[in-house]
Amino acid sequence: MKSLAIALLLATASALAQSDAALDARLKKLEEELRCLVCQNQSLADSTAPLAEDLRREVRSLAVAGKDDEQIKQYLVARYGDFVLYDPPVKRITWLLWFGPFVLLAGGAVVWWLIARRRKRGDDDDPTPPSGVDKARELLDSPLE
Amino acid sequence: MKSLRLLIPLALFVVLVGFLWAGLGRDPREVPSPLVGKPAPVFDLVQLKQPDKKLSTADMKGQVWLLNVWASWCVSCRVEHPLLVELAKANVVPVIGLNYKDKNDAGIAWLDQNGDPYRLSVVDADGRVGIDWGVYGVPETFVVDKNGVIRYKQIGPITVEALQQKILPLVRELQKA
Repeated sequence: MKSLAIALLLATASALAQSDAALDARLKKLEEELRCLVCQNQSLADSTAPLAEDLRREVRSLAVAGKDDEQIKQYLVARYGDFVLYDPPVKRITWLLWFGPFVLLAGGAVVWWLIARRRKRGDDDDPTPPSGVDKARELLDSPLE
Repeated sequence: MKSLRLLIPLALFVVLVGFLWAGLGRDPREVPSPLVGKPAPVFDLVQLKQPDKKLSTADMKGQVWLLNVWASWCVSCRVEHPLLVELAKANVVPVIGLNYKDKNDAGIAWLDQNGDPYRLSVVDADGRVGIDWGVYGVPETFVVDKNGVIRYKQIGPITVEALQQKILPLVRELQKA
């Protein structure tokens, strides 16, 4: 009877430990996607700033209360803005951020294509005017003084 | 036409310099608060000097007020403190202090030493209310209107310019409303 109770206790303890480890892993992953407000270039997971500790505690208590990752992120965004997310959401104000590089890339491609086409056609945009060629020949042909 | 084409790189360079120049003048530590224009987060906290009494955000309804987040350990709070003391003397707008993650006796001693500009201070010992208000660096100051909506947030110490050009005009305007 006694051994059964101990076995049961051990089983419960290990189940608890497992769920704790799972929670730790989940929070670690989530906190790596969140930015520390104070140090700015560190994630919430890495930062040792007091506010980061508070926020980690807050995130944990929200997770324990059954909130999912998205709800926890919303909780922080409502207080600190999109800045807390390392992955900024696509919306009107972040369009330039998200699509700007592609616009630049497309612009570069257009310029590249224009130059390539011109080279292929063989026409130089800046030919030396015939008068200039004549002048050069004249100079080359004239005997050195 | 040809010479105009040659100006394109220069024009692009000028645009780039413009962006970089504008970027230089901005403080990356100033994270715009999503709370401006939203109802102030509710709190109901114990008062610093009279621990048997509380103050809640509901008590401040109907008047324009400032919430100033401070702590005795906060170095730059000392910078803005004389301005707050002046503001209190002028009696323009009530300032409520949020004593953030501080020890009560240290906070009270700090006020005794530097002057107490607050109508009263409330205690946020564990920083929970600070999180609700999106506080990430002390000092911070919020302007709250009569309906309990946050209208402005000053991140870092209040400066003379911020006080004269933003906070006071806004307070006067809100008080008229």
